Amino acid sequence: MHPAPSVIVFTTLSGLGFGLLFFLGLGMPAVTGLNAFIFFAIAYILAVGGLMASTFHLGHPERALKAFSQWRSSWLSREGWAAVSALLVMAAFGAGAVFLDARFSLLGFLGAALSLAVVFTTSMIYAQLKTIPRWNTHMTPVLFLSLSLAGGALLAGQITYALILLPLAGLVQVLWWMQGDKALSQSGTDIATATGLGEGGTVRAFEPPHTGTNYLLREFVHVVGRKHAAKLRVIAFTLGYALPVILLLLPFSHALAGVAVLSHITGIATSRWLFFAEAEHVVGLYYGKRVA
Amino acid sequence: MTTLPKTTNKKLGLVIDLDTCVGCHACVISCKGWNTENYGAPLSDQDPYGAESTGTFLNRVHSYEVQPLATSTMPHPAAQLIHFPKSCLHCEDAPCVTVCPTGASYKREEDGIVLVNEADCIGCGLCAWACPYGAREMDAQEGVMKKCTLCVDRIYNENLPEIDREPACVRTCPAGARHFGDFADPESHVSRLTAERGGMELMPEQGTKPVNRYLPPRPKDRMDVPQLTDTLAPHLAPVADEPKGFMNWLDKALDRI
Ligand code: SF4
Ligand code: SF4
Ligand code: SF4
Repeated sequence: MHPAPSVIVFTTLSGLGFGLLFFLGLGMPAVTGLNAFIFFAIAYILAVGGLMASTFHLGHPERALKAFSQWRSSWLSREGWAAVSALLVMAAFGAGAVFLDARFSLLGFLGAALSLAVVFTTSMIYAQLKTIPRWNTHMTPVLFLSLSLAGGALLAGQITYALILLPLAGLVQVLWWMQGDKALSQSGTDIATATGLGEGGTVRAFEPPHTGTNYLLREFVHVVGRKHAAKLRVIAFTLGYALPVILLLLPFSHALAGVAVLSHITGIATSRWLFFAEAEHVVGLYYGKRVA
Repeated sequence: MTTLPKTTNKKLGLVIDLDTCVGCHACVISCKGWNTENYGAPLSDQDPYGAESTGTFLNRVHSYEVQPLATSTMPHPAAQLIHFPKSCLHCEDAPCVTVCPTGASYKREEDGIVLVNEADCIGCGLCAWACPYGAREMDAQEGVMKKCTLCVDRIYNENLPEIDREPACVRTCPAGARHFGDFADPESHVSRLTAERGGMELMPEQGTKPVNRYLPPRPKDRMDVPQLTDTLAPHLAPVADEPKGFMNWLDKALDRI
């Protein structure tokens, strides 16, 4: 898949933002007043900023409201509903904490649950696609949720939780990569089933339909070199998971915590880039671009 | 509505005959022509006369080579070249429809045609992600999703002479490799062709239940199989297998030179 910067920014930032909102909703930390304002401002900038970035890749952003209509069948539509309700509920909860010094815990729990629902619906947009075997697994929602929780704990300053959740998310990430590398060959879809010509012998794409490129090739057939991908995985794992854990284990300082957060965001953005760039859409088989 | 109809009254679709398609791309051009001049956003081209030209197409023709395995009777089997037109297969379980957040993508209950209402499409591209066949393309000019309409604006169009009330690609194909009809009717032309020739589904394991069917190519070139090399061979059996007498001597003499 084409790793569109807008989508990478969106999934990385909004995942973190909603993770932070989850912890704020649970009262971890139980902030009020100016402190609460700062925490909520960061969470909203990440969550809303991410959502806005995701509209950049739409052909017709002005019609975005229509996307709320098909929640019965579409995960993208459900994501829209989850995001708006999470943001509204958490805004009410946040306003209580910032302006009234009050903590409406029930509202907070509801907001926390909705924040996780956003991350889950986002992950299901990808996990539902049978056309992309690497994504089409229960592990994808697990990956997104564990990442969002780990990042949220880190941003919320919940060191103990972060120290549990970050290694856990790292483990899920590695398992997801390992499973993903086998996914296409295990999916049963190959050039023989794509063309139905397998019975006659070995099928080889002889000539593409056009001499130039097209939408399908630009959008779905992105090939990353194995070596390149392996290096990026090491970078993603080190910056996203390992380094933040090490920094958190050192005696606490705000500077170190700041570095941990930046390192985590960079690592996760790298992992998100790989999430898209390494994803093999089966349409590539028609173009002879996949070795299953 | 992007929930799928439970059943459709008709199952309109195409049969594509891989045995007769000659790969001329006439269907590609007639499809592009009809769908640019008629319903919906035109199919745009970018940099059409430049070095990097691309454009939107609803139907594309691939070419594949099939190399049979060598066996003891056929040590050098001939590879076969197969031209492979591909447009939307109007799937019964169309994943492109259910993922659409706006309801722009839908499958018609009356005839099973899968369409995009361009006025509702936000151009998110998710439906194209969900289609395993690459049958949907986002138009770079209009920012809306384009796909084969099964020429819905021809097949019911009473302003056209009756002979033209079939998809442009079917009407154009000089080899008769594309057939249009109702798969829900077991007596239809397309159902009979499918039954007689073993019409196949593409990527059945994806669970999309495509309506369109592909007729497998017949083996054409059997040079390797001695009994099939020449149908006249039995009547033209050589008179003398081994040269004898003077001819034998001449043969050997010539060999020695
Ligand atoms: S071929 Fe693709 S676009 Fe057409 S109905 Fe099937 S999934 Fe949808
Ligand atoms: S691109 Fe248009 S038709 Fe396709 S899923 Fe998005 S809104 Fe629906
Ligand atoms: S049926 Fe019409 S829209 Fe579909 S491929 Fe043929 S010409 Fe194009």
